[in-house]
Amino acid sequence: MPAAFKIAVEGAGEATCYEGERALVAMERAQSFGRLKNLPYKLPVGCRRGGCGICRARVLSGAYRKDLMSQAHISEEESEAGLVLSCSIYPLSDIELRIEPPQVASKTKTATTSEEK
Amino acid sequence: MAMTGVLRPGFAQIRVLDMEKALEHYTKRVGLHEVTRGGDGRVYLKAADEFDHHSLVLREADRAGIDVAGFKVASEADLDALEKRVSAFGYPVEHVPAGEQPGLGRRIGFTVCTGHRIELYAHADLSDPKPPTHNPDVWDVEPHGMRVRRFDHVLLLGPDIDKALDFFEKVLDFRCTERVDTPDGLTAVFLSCGMKAHDIAFVKFGEPAKLHHVSFELESWADIGHAADIITRYDISHDIGPTRHGLTQGRTIYFFDPSGNRNEVFTGDYTYYPDNPTRTWDETQIGKGLFYYERQAPESFLNVMT
Ligand code: FES
Ligand SMILES: [Fe+2]
Repeated sequence: MPAAFKIAVEGAGEATCYEGERALVAMERAQSFGRLKNLPYKLPVGCRRGGCGICRARVLSGAYRKDLMSQAHISEEESEAGLVLSCSIYPLSDIELRIEPPQVASKTKTATTSEEK
Repeated sequence: MAMTGVLRPGFAQIRVLDMEKALEHYTKRVGLHEVTRGGDGRVYLKAADEFDHHSLVLREADRAGIDVAGFKVASEADLDALEKRVSAFGYPVEHVPAGEQPGLGRRIGFTVCTGHRIELYAHADLSDPKPPTHNPDVWDVEPHGMRVRRFDHVLLLGPDIDKALDFFEKVLDFRCTERVDTPDGLTAVFLSCGMKAHDIAFVKFGEPAKLHHVSFELESWADIGHAADIITRYDISHDIGPTRHGLTQGRTIYFFDPSGNRNEVFTGDYTYYPDNPTRTWDETQIGKGLFYYERQAPESFLNVMT
């Protein structure tokens, strides 16, 4: 087994993330096993490859390695402030993370609400 | 049937974050061939069952998405005639000189109301591999990866799709094969310039110039299963499928390229004749229209794009 790290998802629960694994993929698995039980909605998951921006999150603590991410969704300043696309980071230690989707108000009905903005 | 004007989708130019990863995906996994690399770093790809020089252009950039959807027209005279009609509709037309993309003749380009750049051109050189034409074998080069036969269409997202429908019908002589009307108005349109169920489709969305997916055609339903095996074996990010659309009736599977652009490989949509009526969907059956077996779309299919 590869090394395992904990991802504490603020207010939601905990995911186990194996070395070399994308944080978002570990969180998807955790939710499917009921381990993000305080997350009141389905985890926003899209391309899992840093292109669509739906998995935006803020790393509150911990070390991680980054892949390329679309700058349409994470600018350099945001990146310096700890904002990431969670599909494109690979934890290197236990980390704490807050889910911050692109439009916080429209988690559940993004397709319609984004038309209204 | 005599075909004039716009013949078919010719190429899509998309943006990728990492060229080497994108090339591995589109050549080894999807099954395209690399034709050539341009001096500016763009890479030109094609499927082995296509004659024309290339059908997919990759450009490395800091964000994913689509730059251009290109359509091949029947003749230089048609290109001139279409230019006048596009201008008369009110879209400024730009001229792109021959060779700006290797193997292509002069192009005209314009931006439609959904924010997408569309280009038209009449000439493409042939390139290898291509289908044999004399005592032709079914293929010259053995199919590999997902064994895609051709680039088929793009689905684009943006505002004002009513106007896009009007433009494609009145100016480019496309026909509306299917449409989705919901209480919010026209929500999706499928447009054909030939005999396929769609050559381009638009879905209404608040932000302009977005890409939903780039689609490639497969020979059979069995090939969709093979594509699914490749998707899992090589840890390609999967979206939905194998399944079937009610809209166009195509059998399909969706996944993402290494930059997050959505891809589709599909087979078996219906044949459209230009005198066929438009098929229509309303909100009550839209789930079936999107995915015929699931009868609903996963949220990611509706709100994830590049
Ligand atoms: S899921 Fe698309 S950027 Fe992370
Ligand atoms: Fe499609």
